[in-house]
Amino acid sequence: MGNRCAVIGVGQTRYRSRRTDVSIAGLVREAALRALEDAGLTFKDIDAVVIGKAPDLFEGVMMPESYLADALGAAGKPMMRVHTAGSVGGSTALVGASLIQGGVHERVLVVAFEKQSESNATWALSTHLPFSASLVVGAGGYFAPHIREYMRASGAPAHIGTLVAVKDRRNALRNPYAHLRIPGIDRAMVESTPMLWEPIRYLETCPSSDGACAMVLSSESAVTGTPAWVHGTAMRSEPIFRAGRDTVSPQAGKDCAADVYRQAGVSDPRRDIDVAEVYVPFSWYEPMWLENLGFAAQGEGWKLTESGATALDGDIPWNASGGVLSSNPIGASGLIRFAEAALQVRGTAGEHQVDGARTALGHAYGGGSQFFAMWIVGRDKP
Amino acid sequence: MRDVAIVAFAQTRHTDRDTGLTEPELIQPVIDEIKERTGLRRFGFTCSGSCDYLAGAPFSFVSALDALAAWPPISESHVEMDGAWALYEAWVRLQHGDIDSALVYGFGKSSLGDLATIMTLQLDPYYLAPLGLDQLSYAALQANAVGADRAELDEIIRRGRVDGRRNPYALDLPDPEGEDVAVRPLRKTDLPPVTDGAAAIVLATGDLASRLNPRPAYIRGIAHRTEPHYLGMRDLARSASAADAARAAGVGKGPVEVAELHARFPHEEVILREALGLPGDTVINPSGGPQAADPVMATGLIRIGEAARRIHDGAARRTVGHAAGGPCLQQNLVTVLEG
Repeated sequence: MGNRCAVIGVGQTRYRSRRTDVSIAGLVREAALRALEDAGLTFKDIDAVVIGKAPDLFEGVMMPESYLADALGAAGKPMMRVHTAGSVGGSTALVGASLIQGGVHERVLVVAFEKQSESNATWALSTHLPFSASLVVGAGGYFAPHIREYMRASGAPAHIGTLVAVKDRRNALRNPYAHLRIPGIDRAMVESTPMLWEPIRYLETCPSSDGACAMVLSSESAVTGTPAWVHGTAMRSEPIFRAGRDTVSPQAGKDCAADVYRQAGVSDPRRDIDVAEVYVPFSWYEPMWLENLGFAAQGEGWKLTESGATALDGDIPWNASGGVLSSNPIGASGLIRFAEAALQVRGTAGEHQVDGARTALGHAYGGGSQFFAMWIVGRDKP
Repeated sequence: MRDVAIVAFAQTRHTDRDTGLTEPELIQPVIDEIKERTGLRRFGFTCSGSCDYLAGAPFSFVSALDALAAWPPISESHVEMDGAWALYEAWVRLQHGDIDSALVYGFGKSSLGDLATIMTLQLDPYYLAPLGLDQLSYAALQANAVGADRAELDEIIRRGRVDGRRNPYALDLPDPEGEDVAVRPLRKTDLPPVTDGAAAIVLATGDLASRLNPRPAYIRGIAHRTEPHYLGMRDLARSASAADAARAAGVGKGPVEVAELHARFPHEEVILREALGLPGDTVINPSGGPQAADPVMATGLIRIGEAARRIHDGAARRTVGHAAGGPCLQQNLVTVLEG
């Protein structure tokens, strides 16, 4: 994996339904300046900028890196734009890390954002003309059948999704940046909300958020402040239309996890990883990814969720930040997972800090459960 | 830096109209050809470049994976930029030292919409896009700033079309005729043709490079830079970012026999020749360049492929490939290739 790379700065905006007080440029700059401040640096100290976001149709700005070059201090520097569907935030971190690991740069600013209030993401995702007719509405319409298949195959009881929805929103109450902060949330409240896509209820789905997240990545010799060291990075993709692919527990996710675990020396993820920030946009994806990522055997993920193991006080907290279920500026959601993993091992996660976290997993997925990006960060140098 | 070489390049026979092929159908023959020529079925890394707005739908690259036979799952990424930046990302990934090959591709169908108008959406959405400034209009602003001699521009167009007719992959366009104005001072004949197409490149390191190609085109330097978005903040007659990228890539460290420039308009060639400091005897765009085929999002990658091809076929020992993006050459990538 090349030269050592560390996260030395993290910046986030508060995630909200609408940030009408800032332009898109203002939004990304807010996150970038906070990341630079965290690292004790300025734009002058940055060699290159990598920016990621989900489809340009979400804001109606085509290849917005061109317009955002000025706001991110990129003029005169290399700037790249990553787009790998929902996994893009994670991929953006990995492309930035790759520039350090490959020995090309000393310090790279990575930024990801979405300003969903500029449009309607559900419909932006439902336009497949002219190449094929769309049979579903939005991401929920696509993923609900996969969840139903998981429930059928695993025999999971119907309330498991509700447990995740409650747990992640309770965690969000400890995270000042989280979008959905619902005091007193409980199972009854989640179960009283309308069914959107069977079995996904309103409070079991992610919100639409405006927001941006940024990180400063550094080579070993350019570290300032408190580093989170990158112990492993991996991406995997598989075709959406391959006959016989397992869309519930995709091979690409398993392979990506195996690759990143191998690099980081993780043999038993539940034992060796202290905290995981995993892309769970619909509540049921927690038990599904627990199995896909090897934290539980096939068909057993829901039991881990039910036992409370993934809660903040469990033995393997998942989404201590509140996760995608609590904040979802789509293009940034993956980068937030990677950044929250870094905050945990730096010991700077505030009220949602997991005590003694030394090793953390950041995870993102996208497309039809076919694009995966992961990293493992640690308090100690690899 | 670790030696990385371009060992294979393939492209579609580009068309000036929509032939009814979907994007995966457009890409698949090129991927098949490059796999057959290298004998590689799997690559250490794969990266592509494309733009959703050309198809008018999100995730145009998602179905492209179906053209790759990406099974078992592959290590893969995508840039919403010209495929030349996908090549850059792959080159960086190869620097890690744990893999020895990468597949890069880019594709675009500009036949599906009015490209000049679509490109308006690339501008600052608050202050510039509402003005309706389309791509031809801002290119005309730059042409005006350059103020090149009309005879020089005419010769660039004529040369591109003659060379394009000799290139089996480019369009067959007649010599330019007429003085019809598109947007003053741009003439209709100055505009790049509507083109659908795709291209792919295989990168390899070490022994694998020389095993796959008797004359690998080694990447001796590669760099890219951006500059301010707002046209009023730039000297449009020059390209500071292209000049910086050329210096960082080491263009001036030796002779340049061939340069393939991502010049979509003739005045852009004038700007880029100066920015890259190309000697007078450098052959520019022997493929015909973007004037002869402009499959948007692959056009820059094709420049690098064509520059490599001159080394693969023994015609040149040191060449330069260039790619651009953003309004009025905002972003530039330069690579120096050597045999």
